[in-house]
Amino acid sequence: MSKFPYSETVLEHFRHPHNVGKMEDPDGESVVGSPACGDMVAVYIKVNAETMVIENAMFESYGCASNIATGSIITDLAKGKTLDEAKKIDWKQASAALGGLPPIKAHCSVLAVDGLRTAIQNYEEKHGLVKEKVPTTVEEINKRLKYVFNPLTGLDLVRGKLVRDITLVDGHVKIVVDLPPDHIFANNIREEIDEKISHLWDIKSVEIQFIS
Amino acid sequence: MFDKWTYLDNAATTRLDERVLEAMKPYLFETYAVATSQFGYSMGIDAREALDKARVYLQGRLGAAEEEIVFTSGSTESSNMALKGVALALQKKKGKHIVVSKIEDFPVLNSAKALEMQGFSVSYLDVDKEGFIDLERLRSVIREDTILVSVQHANQEIGTVQDIKTIAEICHDRKVLFHTDATHTFGRMPLDATTVLADLITVAGHTIHGPRNVGALYIRKGTPISKWMDGGYQEFNLRAGLEDIPGAVGFAKALELITPEETERLAAMRDRCIARCLNEVPHVTLNGSRTKRTPQNANITFHFVEGESITLHLDMRGFAVSTGSACFSRSLEASHVMLGIGGDHERAHGSIRFTFGRYNSMEDVDGVVDAIAEVVGDLRKISPLGKR
Repeated sequence: MSKFPYSETVLEHFRHPHNVGKMEDPDGESVVGSPACGDMVAVYIKVNAETMVIENAMFESYGCASNIATGSIITDLAKGKTLDEAKKIDWKQASAALGGLPPIKAHCSVLAVDGLRTAIQNYEEKHGLVKEKVPTTVEEINKRLKYVFNPLTGLDLVRGKLVRDITLVDGHVKIVVDLPPDHIFANNIREEIDEKISHLWDIKSVEIQFIS
Repeated sequence: MFDKWTYLDNAATTRLDERVLEAMKPYLFETYAVATSQFGYSMGIDAREALDKARVYLQGRLGAAEEEIVFTSGSTESSNMALKGVALALQKKKGKHIVVSKIEDFPVLNSAKALEMQGFSVSYLDVDKEGFIDLERLRSVIREDTILVSVQHANQEIGTVQDIKTIAEICHDRKVLFHTDATHTFGRMPLDATTVLADLITVAGHTIHGPRNVGALYIRKGTPISKWMDGGYQEFNLRAGLEDIPGAVGFAKALELITPEETERLAAMRDRCIARCLNEVPHVTLNGSRTKRTPQNANITFHFVEGESITLHLDMRGFAVSTGSACFSRSLEASHVMLGIGGDHERAHGSIRFTFGRYNSMEDVDGVVDAIAEVVGDLRKISPLGKR
């Protein structure tokens, strides 16, 4: 038996991940995360252009066990689903299919979920299925903060009521987080927020403030 | 799946030597009294004699004079005592400036940060790519109000051994106190207070197959230091609290059991581990110095893979090692040491520390290198890095 706070399912997917490797000629692909934030995932999909069904999904991971296991399960879950169905797969579903994940590892696995969505988005962009670029709104930023977790509680910033304020002026975002600046995970949360927001096409700067 | 556990995390802590336990036992079951004065009762006098004997042994090993060794609960306490004790003693008389290296272990680093919060100013010295501080830079940051410099003897993660003799001389010339954390060298590398002019030296028992929770602080005679933990008048009225006599006896015994031959054996394991990893596994980097490193430490980055995945796979094969990866740490931050020597997260995340001890053999080295070569190969197959 494992001594780790990982379920047997997580360990099994970690030991023998499904759908790994780089796909030749994918219809949609993504690379999310970076070595700097500790995890990086690439997701590839093959899509049937008539039925919009994902016929094959593969992934590559530079990450910890929770990241690898989520990449494995998320590609399992995506196969056979339509793009619209697959878009709705969220972290909770992936986590449930893995028999649960430790709260502190939530952010590593969210990345894999993000990878699938981004690959779908990539497919839609390539195939002219998306409309004009949508300007970023405070609502959109708030939505994205639902994917930033407090590793101590496993709750995202929004559900954990940690977002005190979001302001957006001319592409400059300021986010006030209701945690002390010396919180054990302050730097980690800061990086995660930046990663989720700063790459958006119309965002020029992201300022993150911790106040308790 | 595997026949035995192979523990290669001896910098974190070590297995207790049975002979140490045997030496401690009488002071747990027979002579278990507190150390009394010479006018106390017999059992207490015997206990005090045992404590004194352990102290004298440590004095000999450190080149210390009488009353220069204070027993503590370990290196965390020793380093806290050194930094906070000196800060308390000198803040009004001399100043509030402290200098530490960026890659100190947490007791020194976080004591410095805590003092910073209380109004002290701290200079954090950068290190080069092998982990050495720049001596010129040290000379230039020392100011009129500098009260203490704290630079470790050797690093906990990458094993880099600083030139503390010269650092101590620089401090001595400038009349600034010098503390060094020797947790990872004590017993294994020469350190003598008669030649190295350090004023304060942190040492610990658990890294040399001694008991946990016992350490000592060498305090050169005349060093201004205030008592920072209040209580009784033990340890020359510098460290309050019941003396851990079995601990002190065990610490001295552990020290006595180290032989130069054993230390050479550890160095041979280190060298083989490094040589095999560098020769047999592609895309690796040795972290730290090739020549100036502790005999027990090998630290290697396996590029394009993440450390927690490596340690978990190794655990499944019966090997215990550690990594500088963010995912492995309690704070989810990459090792400050690995970032300090290169500023590159990828190098930190893929770093693996192997530290050898008395109960390891060459067979363990070969076993872990064989295993890691395979594990890293497998993980690279699924990694998006290193292919494009």
